Amino acid sequence: MIGAILKRDIALLLGGGRRGGAMLPILFFLAVAMLYPFAVGPDAKLLARTGGGVVWVAALLAAILPLDRLIEPDLEAGVFDQLALRGMADEVTCAIRILAHWLSFAVPLMLATPIAAVLLGLSGAQLMTLELGLLAGTPGLAALGVAVAAVTAGLRGGAALAGLLILPLAVPLLIFGAGSLSTGGEGGIALTGAASLVLVALSPFAAGAALRAARE
Amino acid sequence: MNASPPFLRAENLACRRGDRLLFARLSLSVDAGEALHLSGANGIGKSSLIRILAGLLRPFEGSVHKAGAMALLDERPALDTHLPLGRALAFWGRVDGIAPARLDEVAQSVGLGDLLDVPVRFLSTGQRKRAALARAIAQDAPVWLLDEPLNGLDTASVATVEALVADHCAGGGLCLLASHQPVAVPNLARLELSDFAA
Repeated sequence: MIGAILKRDIALLLGGGRRGGAMLPILFFLAVAMLYPFAVGPDAKLLARTGGGVVWVAALLAAILPLDRLIEPDLEAGVFDQLALRGMADEVTCAIRILAHWLSFAVPLMLATPIAAVLLGLSGAQLMTLELGLLAGTPGLAALGVAVAAVTAGLRGGAALAGLLILPLAVPLLIFGAGSLSTGGEGGIALTGAASLVLVALSPFAAGAALRAARE
Repeated sequence: MNASPPFLRAENLACRRGDRLLFARLSLSVDAGEALHLSGANGIGKSSLIRILAGLLRPFEGSVHKAGAMALLDERPALDTHLPLGRALAFWGRVDGIAPARLDEVAQSVGLGDLLDVPVRFLSTGQRKRAALARAIAQDAPVWLLDEPLNGLDTASVATVEALVADHCAGGGLCLLASHQPVAVPNLARLELSDFAA
């Protein structure tokens, strides 16, 4: 059952149909990386010093773009109720949704990061640190996205509210992730991973509770 | 279906939505082979009672006891609207472990056999209702909870649904059907929800 749900969730978030548009976060991510040198000028040292942080900010914003498709359409369509009726705990449903969100937004984004690195003039070592940081941090962003989308589903202006809610909550990931580039250390990546793990561990419960509250 | 016969019992149920107590002191019992028609005006709590029985809504008071897997049909079809009907049903088939041939058979039984390649969003209201019914039937659950299954259906489709409910009960299943419309099913018991209005 879990495999079927994961496959459907990924298909919904990745491609085709009315709810598709998975390329949008990636295009947005690359557009930011492309525009940033135009904004700050062609100073290679400045770009190399600040580019990693820009990639992190762009990754965070790219993670926000699909928020309105994460929970609300299935809540309105009754999909979560049908799964609950079949004995599937809401927490498990949300954990699957987190995995699907991560696979559909973070993996393509990490694949696109080398292109962004070229545009921003990042070195090979910086790119490696950046990729490791994104690998450690993006699960946390995905978890945060699903939890916030569940809490705001059904609210008027919920998508905008979700965007506002997720930004401050993602600050630790941003600080540790972008910080690992300047210190060049594994400590930053480890802290990013730790913050990410906490979010991945807690978010399914928060999102599951939000789904149950939405039924009342 | 499960080896033990299905049943559905509710004792002393009360339902509160917001500040309104919709009904109270409601008890019911439905056993294998039986069908119960929940009737009552709009807003009296039929859908809430169905959701309480399904375990999706907590009762304000009272308890529910049941045996057997449940299939729920409500106003939300839970089908991916951008997918062709066949693929939208196939997802639930995979979740429920139902063979594709059985899904086709059920789609035929509700008169949608020719529409499996049509995206769900292009189906009419009545066709979507029947598509959702196909999803519920294909689950092969012994307990059917049908919330307004006749809404938007033409006369022939109403007769089809009534025949499907009768067959299900004759085969040892049970059905609880909420509708403000008359329902013609043999040996159908009726529960008027306004009798329990708070």
